[in-house]
Amino acid sequence: MKKIYSVLVENRSGVLCKVAGLFSRRAFNIDSLVVGETDDPTVSCMTIVSSGNEHTLEQIEKQLNKKLDVIKVKTFEETESVSRELMLVKVKYNRNNRRDIMEISDVLKAQIVDMSKTQMMIQLCDVPERAQLFLKMLQSISIVEVARTGTVALQKCRDQEG
Amino acid sequence: MNGAQAMVKCLEMEGVKTVFGYPGVAICPFYDSILDSEIRTVLIRTEQNAAHAASGMARVTGQVGVCAVTSGPGATNLITGIATAFADSIPLVCITGQVNSELIGSDVFQEADITGAAESFVKYSYLVKNAEDIPRIFKEAFYIANTGRRGPVLIDVPIDVQNAPVKKFRYPEGDVVLRTYKPTVKGHAVQIKKVMAELEKAKRPVICAGGGVLLSGAEGMLREFSHKYQVPVVTTMMGIGAMQTEDELYFGMVGNNGAPCANRAMNDADMVIMVGARVADRAVNQPEIITRDKVLVHMDVDPAEIGKNAGPTIPLVGDARHIFEHMMQIEIECDHGLWLQTLYEYSQTMKETRRTRPEYIDPSEFIRRLSDRMERDAVYVADVGQNQIWSCRSCIVRDGKFLTSGGMGTMGYSIPAAMGAKLACPDRQVVAACGDGSFQMSMMELATMRQHDIPVKIIVIANGYLGMVREFQKNTYGGRYSVVELSGSPDLSKLAEAYGIRFIRVSERKEMDAAIDAFLRDDDAVLMECVIDPMDTVK
Repeated sequence: MKKIYSVLVENRSGVLCKVAGLFSRRAFNIDSLVVGETDDPTVSCMTIVSSGNEHTLEQIEKQLNKKLDVIKVKTFEETESVSRELMLVKVKYNRNNRRDIMEISDVLKAQIVDMSKTQMMIQLCDVPERAQLFLKMLQSISIVEVARTGTVALQKCRDQEG
Repeated sequence: MNGAQAMVKCLEMEGVKTVFGYPGVAICPFYDSILDSEIRTVLIRTEQNAAHAASGMARVTGQVGVCAVTSGPGATNLITGIATAFADSIPLVCITGQVNSELIGSDVFQEADITGAAESFVKYSYLVKNAEDIPRIFKEAFYIANTGRRGPVLIDVPIDVQNAPVKKFRYPEGDVVLRTYKPTVKGHAVQIKKVMAELEKAKRPVICAGGGVLLSGAEGMLREFSHKYQVPVVTTMMGIGAMQTEDELYFGMVGNNGAPCANRAMNDADMVIMVGARVADRAVNQPEIITRDKVLVHMDVDPAEIGKNAGPTIPLVGDARHIFEHMMQIEIECDHGLWLQTLYEYSQTMKETRRTRPEYIDPSEFIRRLSDRMERDAVYVADVGQNQIWSCRSCIVRDGKFLTSGGMGTMGYSIPAAMGAKLACPDRQVVAACGDGSFQMSMMELATMRQHDIPVKIIVIANGYLGMVREFQKNTYGGRYSVVELSGSPDLSKLAEAYGIRFIRVSERKEMDAAIDAFLRDDDAVLMECVIDPMDTVK
């Protein structure tokens, strides 16, 4: 089972370490973790994707809430949220596969953002599954390096924000 | 005023009377300033014991215990003490000196990343970067340590911050408001109603009281509650003393080292009310036993404890004292006479099966007789090992306290914790009971007792072995004893003489009562060696 935790924390040094340390100390999984400042510069938002059984996922929420640098924890399933991942992929290309790469990019709405005579860099911003699919499609072509942000997510819009 | 003076002023504002510690260069500004204060300083002989002594003090007063040590090895030595307090939810403020802010991260002499190293054992920690923040940080630290689920808070103060000027000292007044920390104190009214409705239906209810009952000062309420509704009580190791051990409704400690009838009560119950207990492995070996075919109510101030090890039927977050108060206002009809009758029969028939060979002193009997003669409000501190188990089973607690390191099981806890308790309550009798292994982990503190005139009474239950491990090796490794023999131990009579402490040795059953009387007679420090069968066991 997968859960997304949107965790508002104090924007202070050492907080990331404390939160990450909590996961390692209690043997919780981190599938991905993204941190960034929010509209309030004293508050950061961590988006943590974790997997485990129901009991573990509940404990994660409770233990996060217990941390004194954590302001608020929101937990939701992937279906209740809008999630995105940004990925940069650098590939080696040649005359023979150039069209293939561009077609795949076109189909998956990825953009070519940089190029040299032998390499190109492609950017994709989409839901995590599509990012995975894109990577899979490019696997037959030689990938030089990949950088991914991991999932950022917010709960879907509702008329009463709770 | 400088940072160090501000630190001392903060301690004064919090009503701190005693600071346990060990100085070093990085904490010297603080120890210089404290000379101008009424606060008593106690030079402990190793840093770990500073935290234990502060813990002993905190546990008898309900106030935050304070210790202050230097950077680097001073701070790292403190970690076991902090972890011990964390495991038992004891409120401490631990102050460490740190190297100059400019030098942090450059691995200079006596630098250790103590906030990083202690992270998983503290409730919260601060690295002070600006002397002006000292009042706010201290105020928050004391508040965090002694509210919600209690625990140790670490404040790491670089030496330059201690020396930096503080222009205007203003200690924050009123309640601390933190957007990240709002402990729940009052129990949810609907949940409380549900509990009482279940209690009315229950045929065989039992309350299992943990350390949380003592931490919230709910002993009185628990006793009143159990008598009002005639609900039998068992405790975890940390909960010993929540009920008077001679109370007719008290059936002993649960767990793999507990009383057979207490465990039987938990097993046979149709409703278990866990109060301030973690449901950890030593108390509840198989959590499914307390959930299967039972209504499990789990009360705890820490929501993360509820459902961590056992899924309750009714979770109830809040402070034990408030919840009991609230519950007592609800009138219900219940009669548990039949159930109590069954439990009395269990307690009569399910006796311990272990027997001490007749030529030796039975440590359980010794502890029972000793604690029976102690003053009503005496403080008894049990160390870790076989002595702890014998103490837990046999110590009679009335209006006093029973202290031990239940969560971490830190050897050497008893002597420093007893010193802290004695300093806090000079009028009460304080007895530390340890084995010859745990005694040697803290025997350097005899000097502290002498230096600061802290008349703690110490019992060493001597068998020449690390008995608990030996017993485990006997049962698990077929008697292949490895690294458990304690030969080379000092002659305790000479050791006591060297420190100028009165000494008593007892090795025969018939001498026991006279020795106990001599041991308890005056309010001075005594070291008593109680020699037992080297092969005696707890089971």
